[in-house]
Amino acid sequence: MQTMDARRKRKLKESIISWGWLTPSLIGVAIFFIIPFCVIIYYSVLDNVYFANFVGLKNYISLLQNTSFLRSLRNTAIFSGISVPLSVVISLWMAFALNSRIPGKSWLRSCFLCPLMVPIASVVLVWQVIFHYHGTLNQVTALFGFAPVDWLKSSWSYMVLTVMFLWKTLGYNMILFMSAIAGIPQDIIEVAELEGANSFYTFLHIKLRYLSPTILFVTILSIISSFKMFREVYLLSGNYPYETMYLLQHFMNNTFESTDYQKLSSAAILLAVIMIIIIGILFLAERKYGKDVEE
Amino acid sequence: MKLHLGRRTRRNIHTAVLFVFAFIAALLFIMPTVLTISNSFMTETEINANYGAMIESASADKKNYISEDLNLKFIPDKVSFEQFSTVLFKSPDYLLKFWNSVILVVPITVFQLLLAAVTAYGFSRYRGKVREIIFFAYIILMLMPYQVTLVPNYMVSKWLGILGTRWAIILPGIFSPFSVYLLTKVMRRIPKAYYEAARLDGAGEVQIFFQICMPLCRSSMLSVGLLVFIDYWNMVEQPLILLDDETQYPLSVFLSQINTGDVGLAFAVAVVYMIPALLLFLYGEEYLVEGITYSGGVKG
Repeated sequence: MQTMDARRKRKLKESIISWGWLTPSLIGVAIFFIIPFCVIIYYSVLDNVYFANFVGLKNYISLLQNTSFLRSLRNTAIFSGISVPLSVVISLWMAFALNSRIPGKSWLRSCFLCPLMVPIASVVLVWQVIFHYHGTLNQVTALFGFAPVDWLKSSWSYMVLTVMFLWKTLGYNMILFMSAIAGIPQDIIEVAELEGANSFYTFLHIKLRYLSPTILFVTILSIISSFKMFREVYLLSGNYPYETMYLLQHFMNNTFESTDYQKLSSAAILLAVIMIIIIGILFLAERKYGKDVEE
Repeated sequence: MKLHLGRRTRRNIHTAVLFVFAFIAALLFIMPTVLTISNSFMTETEINANYGAMIESASADKKNYISEDLNLKFIPDKVSFEQFSTVLFKSPDYLLKFWNSVILVVPITVFQLLLAAVTAYGFSRYRGKVREIIFFAYIILMLMPYQVTLVPNYMVSKWLGILGTRWAIILPGIFSPFSVYLLTKVMRRIPKAYYEAARLDGAGEVQIFFQICMPLCRSSMLSVGLLVFIDYWNMVEQPLILLDDETQYPLSVFLSQINTGDVGLAFAVAVVYMIPALLLFLYGEEYLVEGITYSGGVKG
């Protein structure tokens, strides 16, 4: 009896200690993220903070009718829709290229990774010189007889942002893919080649499947970084950029300024829901495609 | 004449073409950085002559540029340290902004890492259903964009009365779940046998954490630290929303104002701002690569 008691006591003690490790972080995360998040869910269904009348989805509906919110959502979606797939495909290709027998591998890797560590604010000046109406890019295209384009103040700005985004993220994504490629079991590929599979077949049906968890991860990471492009845009053209570069963060900033908590809360919740749906869809797609190779 | 190339020659040509492409791409990748550095050694007159047209407000009253066109230059006509000496010795404003960046980023990086190590130990040493659910919640939180988490942060700062102070940026930064996730993944790879052996030798949990777990995770801590540092060194969103006193703005935000006001100095300030990050990159590239590798794969 006594030993049972002692064991139970020890178990209890261990459990308390184990939670002790988590407690500081849990308290902080609860205070700064979880609790306020619950509160803003509550805010998002009120008419305002003082009268606190329940209005259901009214805030969401008016948000979805707000032209600047829709524009920022549309711009962000277009930009992410172009740049994220490009970043995934190009970095995957780069990873395969660098994994082949190419000289100067580590030097090349350093060059591709360097932009990750260079602060955006530091190089934004060079981007400005390049993409300015009287800038380098227009001078180069003029040599080939093209009319000058106002890159930062037209629909071309999506391309400018994409270039800057790729510059920043390709190296990081490439490293992720390189380590994943190194983990593909070689014997399976050899067997496939012996059985007469061409390189396209092994790529599509073996390599890609083994890479699918990494592709999923890189896609999610790239989506998150694409949401951070506000930094570049802000540094390029401040709080009020040309309308095609008006991103979600611009909308949030302006709403913060007007301290419209209902709008802010419903926008944050709506974004969280959209994000969870996107991640959920990507997870399901990966699961379906890569299921045969899971360990 | 039909050219018959052996398999080996073909492969060599393929490699050569690939290398040329990769080489050009690599040059393009480092070009913006190199240009920023080389241009910082220009004299103010040379910068104004070449890039003066960029500032539209200045062009109205004083035309100090040669032409409307911007001339991107790789090498300055005359190497001078004029701009650097202005930034470092004559205008304390820039150094103050640099210090603002340091005072925000260093505490966040250090304390986020320490707290994350303790928390990750808790997540990796003991497994259970509730803990798994909490860990999953951390992952979801990590995947949320700023636009989502800034609103809760703003609300809490308001309630706690720290809105407008540096604490409003530092405290949420410390509790950010990013490094908890990475370090938990690293620590879960440590064989249980290590811990059990230490246990048998009579070590307590705290001792095991400090003497077994921490030394094993040293390089991972460094690599995660680099990723955290560069993310916060780059911050723009948080200061704009959570600080209201512009004198507290970090250099990252302030640089955008210099760019449109004082191009002459902007390159030198940009280089000063770049130096800590570049030094960390040169010193810790291996760690950085390792850190990125750890972050791969959502499962595990």
